[in-house]
Amino acid sequence: MNAPFLPPRTVAATAEPGCGDVAIRQERGQRAVFCGLTGIVWLHRKIQDAFFLVVGSRTCAHLIQSAAGVMIFAEPRFATAIIDERDLAGIADMNEELDRVVRRLIERRPDIRLLFLVGSCPSEVIKLDLGRAAQRLSTTFSPDVRVLSYSGSGIETTFTQGEDACLAALVPEMPREAPDAAPSLLVAGALADVVEDQFLRLFSELGIANVAFLPARRAGALPAVGPNTTFLLAQPFLTDTAKALEARGAKRLSAPFPLGVEGTTRWLRAAADAWGVPEGRFEAATAPGRARAARALDHHRETLAGKWVFFFPDSQLEVPLARFLSRELGMGLCEVGTPYLHRGHLAEDLALLPDGTDIVEGQSLDAQMDRARAERPDLTVCGLGLANPLEAEGLATKWSIELLFTPIQGYDQAGDLAELFARPLVRRTRLEV
Amino acid sequence: MQLTLWTYEGPPHIGAMRIATAMEGLHYVLHAPQGDTYADLLFTMIERRDARPPVTYTTFQARDLGSDTAEIFKDAAAAAYERFRPQAMIVGASCTAELIQDDPGGLAKALNLPIPVIALELPAYQKKENWGASETFYRLVRGLSGSPSPEPKPEGRRPSCNILGPTALGFRHRDDLAEITGLLGRLGIAVNVVAPMGASPADLGRLKDADFNVVLYPEVARAAAQYLQKTFGQPMVETVPIGVGATIRFVEEVAALAGIDPAPVLAGAPSRAPWYSRSVDSTYLTGKRVFIFGDATHAIAAARVAKAELGFRVVGLGTYGREFAREVRAEATLHGIEALISDDYLDVEAAIQAAGPELVLGTQMERHIAKRLGLPCAVISAPVHVQDFPARYSPQMGFEGANVLFDTWVHPLMMGLEEHLLGMFREDPEFNDRAPSHLGGKAPAGAPAPAPPVPEPVTSVTLAGPTAPTWAVEAEKELRKIPFFVRGKARTNTETFARERALPLITVETLYDAKAHFGR
Repeated sequence: MNAPFLPPRTVAATAEPGCGDVAIRQERGQRAVFCGLTGIVWLHRKIQDAFFLVVGSRTCAHLIQSAAGVMIFAEPRFATAIIDERDLAGIADMNEELDRVVRRLIERRPDIRLLFLVGSCPSEVIKLDLGRAAQRLSTTFSPDVRVLSYSGSGIETTFTQGEDACLAALVPEMPREAPDAAPSLLVAGALADVVEDQFLRLFSELGIANVAFLPARRAGALPAVGPNTTFLLAQPFLTDTAKALEARGAKRLSAPFPLGVEGTTRWLRAAADAWGVPEGRFEAATAPGRARAARALDHHRETLAGKWVFFFPDSQLEVPLARFLSRELGMGLCEVGTPYLHRGHLAEDLALLPDGTDIVEGQSLDAQMDRARAERPDLTVCGLGLANPLEAEGLATKWSIELLFTPIQGYDQAGDLAELFARPLVRRTRLEV
Repeated sequence: MQLTLWTYEGPPHIGAMRIATAMEGLHYVLHAPQGDTYADLLFTMIERRDARPPVTYTTFQARDLGSDTAEIFKDAAAAAYERFRPQAMIVGASCTAELIQDDPGGLAKALNLPIPVIALELPAYQKKENWGASETFYRLVRGLSGSPSPEPKPEGRRPSCNILGPTALGFRHRDDLAEITGLLGRLGIAVNVVAPMGASPADLGRLKDADFNVVLYPEVARAAAQYLQKTFGQPMVETVPIGVGATIRFVEEVAALAGIDPAPVLAGAPSRAPWYSRSVDSTYLTGKRVFIFGDATHAIAAARVAKAELGFRVVGLGTYGREFAREVRAEATLHGIEALISDDYLDVEAAIQAAGPELVLGTQMERHIAKRLGLPCAVISAPVHVQDFPARYSPQMGFEGANVLFDTWVHPLMMGLEEHLLGMFREDPEFNDRAPSHLGGKAPAGAPAPAPPVPEPVTSVTLAGPTAPTWAVEAEKELRKIPFFVRGKARTNTETFARERALPLITVETLYDAKAHFGR
């Protein structure tokens, strides 16, 4: 790709760590984002004995199967209870209908231990009380199946906020820790299994033994929580989950998110400091990972350094990703769009962004596309509804959803994460047709 | 409330989007909550389009519900007109917007835009995608085709027709259209307007200039064609040219309407499929039990091809499209079976299990069922996923379409020699029941002939009644010597045979008695 259209700016890597001096603008208008139901696509793989039953319309069913249906399932672990006109007209009692549907489902899938009733726009607008339905059904199916509810509706949640709502619904289910429990560390946010295992090893080398993850891989294996629990967010979109954990006495450690070498080191250091891990031990435990990650990043710096990147809002991962790309790979940031910005949880990442970074919270799609066209970034991070149209206009794109179902956190994924952004650029240089 | 593992159709506004995206110069303003823009992906990813669909969504959020969502709609419609300057606009609501009742039609009218604005009423809790497409296309044709012109058509010009029905996100619509356009061209018939695919609102004003209409996809275009027939006196051809026989009938019908001799186009062997099917390599296909499910058009066509052009036996036929239930029932009667009219995936699964087919011809959803039951499967109808929007030329219609059907349907079946050898030698460590070797299937090394591949059903859809007779150990062993693709049927037949005779225990003798009783 050629030099950016923008007048050359100081490329971020040479800038001093910022002091939070970034402009955050808000924008309203048409939004091209997923609703929270989409979280089901990865959550149903993470929690192996859970089933996700959306209570919604045919649109909701269509969304999920369009996203996940390219895989051929012998037994999918999600479904939709489609509300029809009889329900809306009050001819059928919706709660009875829901009970009937759930009974049919559980007969078919006796192996399910945890059932999520997932709220949607239609169920929210008609104010169907899924919380009470979940309580009622839990009593009916106790002790075999636990039934919980959360909302993944588009009017309330954007994409990854569906995971937040799901995990927040799990928090009250976590056992209460014993009053004399040893201090424990909880890592919140669905991570790839391999990443979890790596973090477990790192914490163990730091001497932090009592580590658990939310969500757990099986519904019955939820960790305990209480005032002796300290938690680290592994994902930036866990507003309600953090609130729910704090309500149970757990304390959040402030840290940037574990993307790239710097993010991972600072994230681990937050835990190490809380546990009083000596500096020497921290150095010894993290040095091999840092060195490996630095080597892995070198492969991609040539492709990415000096290139300008434009983020459309999607997952709330945008700010930490922009921090990683600018500080560790030397990329310039045209605009960092994010659907929602939790200033507290992202404080440390924001502080590391180069001064003057343009952050846009919310979206007005056509205006934002106009800005992207005018700036002609070298790489545009956007959803799949925009990616091919922008490619056809000559802009290289990185489709953002992939960042949610690829292992990207931690030292040994830093190179893979950089590669995700380098790949579309490399591809463009390879294709001769 | 309906438990839906998979839905055969999207909501009706997806049908409207398929029309808007197929056309040019038409914009769709859709009142919908944040998140419903997922539908763009159907077009940009599954169909790999290189432009955003011409759809503006209001994407309201919860915080907007307290204020004026109607105002949001008006702003979005006005902004969409300013930015895209379409020739015409359609406006409507998605399922959630239908609940808040903002009346997009009335609001758009109040904007006084200088273009035709057509309001869509698409009841999302009653109707589905194909109905939405049909209704939208009908409303557009009705609104934009004008009134009958008083002057008679000029004499002596080539006969011409419209091709109605191809949409965005249609199963093989792109190549079907090319195939049929070519066929009409060889007949000497001009194509006046193709719609909705590629047509502008102005083109819809020229529909009346054609002599007759070809309805390729009745699910989408029958209603519009009936309107054109009534208003402009244009006859319609509704024979869907899928399969060699249907294509020949189609050619004869359009030729008759155009006053043309079809013989030159039908001469020779315009499709390879008949010879492939007659060649001895295909003999083993005779009587293969096939279950067919899809939209009505493709299911009916597939049943005819399966029976008359491949020599299969149709043991199940059904559709999710209730609007065309009558036609499917009539076709099923010809095969001596009862049609399955259902949009309930679990019903379809149960019916397939009960019919015990050797091949399933269905949609993307039947691929899930076939995987679960361990059956070969080919896709004949929407809904489909990205792999069924191929780069290569792959029509279903016309003579080339028949070639494509032959290859596609035979491919998943075990090939003849392997099938024979499997019937003879059951303990081969490499070639066994798991999967045909031409599909790369392999068993664990060194494993002897494995347990039955058809998973013993463990669910509520299991049809074996409580009175199922017991199998003697030897009989069960003998049953496993029957090749897997007919084993399910042999099991059912034997159990039926035993039940009818009130035999408490199935022995090896019973198994062979049943075999003799039922034939193959």
